[in-house]
Amino acid sequence: MEKSMDRTIITVVGKDTVGIIARVCTYLAEHKINVLDITQTIVQDFFNMMMIVDMNKSDVSFLECSEGLGTLGEEIGVSIKCQKEEIFEKMHRI
Amino acid sequence: MINIWEVNETNNMVEHENLDVRTITLGISLLDCIDSDLDKLNEKIYNKITTVAKDLTSVAKDIEGSYCIPIVHQRISVTPIAIIGSAACKSSDDFVAVAKTLDAAAKKVGVNFIGGFSALVSKGMTKSDELLIHSIPKALAQTEFVCSSVNLGSTKTGLNMDAVKLMGEIIKETAEETKEKDSLGCAKLVVFCNAPDDNPFMAGAFHGVTEADAIINVGVSGPGVVKTALEKVRGENFEVLCETIKKTAFKVTRVGQLVAKEASRRLNIPFGIIDLSLAPTPAIGDSVADILQEIGLEYAGAPGTTAALALLNDQVKKGGVMASSYVGGLSGAFIPVSEDQGMIDAVLANALTIEKLEAMTCVCSVGLDMIAIPGDTKATTISGIIADEMAIGMINAKTTAVRLIPVVGKKVGEMVEFGGLLGYAPVMPVNPYSCDAFINRGGRIPAPIHSFKN
Repeated sequence: MEKSMDRTIITVVGKDTVGIIARVCTYLAEHKINVLDITQTIVQDFFNMMMIVDMNKSDVSFLECSEGLGTLGEEIGVSIKCQKEEIFEKMHRI
Repeated sequence: MINIWEVNETNNMVEHENLDVRTITLGISLLDCIDSDLDKLNEKIYNKITTVAKDLTSVAKDIEGSYCIPIVHQRISVTPIAIIGSAACKSSDDFVAVAKTLDAAAKKVGVNFIGGFSALVSKGMTKSDELLIHSIPKALAQTEFVCSSVNLGSTKTGLNMDAVKLMGEIIKETAEETKEKDSLGCAKLVVFCNAPDDNPFMAGAFHGVTEADAIINVGVSGPGVVKTALEKVRGENFEVLCETIKKTAFKVTRVGQLVAKEASRRLNIPFGIIDLSLAPTPAIGDSVADILQEIGLEYAGAPGTTAALALLNDQVKKGGVMASSYVGGLSGAFIPVSEDQGMIDAVLANALTIEKLEAMTCVCSVGLDMIAIPGDTKATTISGIIADEMAIGMINAKTTAVRLIPVVGKKVGEMVEFGGLLGYAPVMPVNPYSCDAFINRGGRIPAPIHSFKN
């Protein structure tokens, strides 16, 4: 139960370009955030990626990570969002 | 594990369908502030509110950041001030001073409304109740954030027709006091039958005396989400229609439940209830009337509207109840006119009248809400409209309310601009025939026979 509290969903949406996953993963690795799962798809010509990560050992707070990835997204030209997993769990699971 | 389609569905609801948590309302009991000295009372009220609610807006912001879900409003409701001020307030001006204290406290903690400048007079009025009611026009004109409500009747007590008559006059006075702003004061004043103690929505929120010292109540929203879900089942039968609404309401409410529990945990204040109401805003795509149209009506107000609203309201409750551990407040679809673009369009198309709105209130939660009427409407006529609406609440054992705005200087068809979330509205015609002799009788209408269940 404790562990799932630290699971965060990162979504990346935008125009496809070289190195999106690499740069996001580099940021996560630098901050000791463990990637548990990656799903990627193309929706209406847009790059659409979802990562489930574990922030248990992260050296940055959720807010810092969210802002850091937001800035990274702006550099790459995609939108990156960080959300605690619970919102999806609550909405889609009974 | 959560998959990408579920994540996209949730995020689409937020980004494209106006899913949000409409309000986190912090209910605060002021019973321990009661004092016979007015200055001391004001000081205690200010200190209690600014202490208990000091982290409310920052916590809401943090929760927004954690889940990427907008929390539109943070609000405060307090114990009805007619009770709190009864020992200290010797005149209506004293009550205006308390209203100003509430206003200052609201400003300090950064909320955009504070409710509870209220009196509960369903059976009779104390001296204090009367003073408070008489202070409402000035209190609303001289404050920015204060909302006022008066409970005029209940299924258990019947209707206090003296208070109904008085409130017709008070609404007119409030309109006059705020005439420079299109009688905006009336948008912050609502009268009830069967007012709930734990309603998080303004203008009618107050913290009932049966409640704990402080409590978190949350109002969810999502008319746009329901509308979009229904677009996918066009032409299907009622079973499919109802199932779709129910499932959507479940999802929307779960978000509210999550936010409420999280706010409760972070503020260390107990969770009270989720209010399941579908609350529209003037934004495009955030309209209850649009849902009614999607169900199959050309405009809200067309024949079939009451049935469509009844099924909508019922399915929202069925889905929502399953999604939350405690449900309360008003819980049903709101049908304000000025705050719902689809309703405004229906009025402009002559599809929707006050009489049809009254019929709709028999099956939904609130009542005649945010309706602009001509400024020269008589006080007794307003009381007559209130009495009709209260009777619906009393007989059907449900909450009903009236928030009418007799806009000074405006005539039928003219537009009134309230600004922001309160929206804009065309002035609607009122039945011109008199009910003076009815309203002037005075006294009480006894409780209905089915209220005697003991």
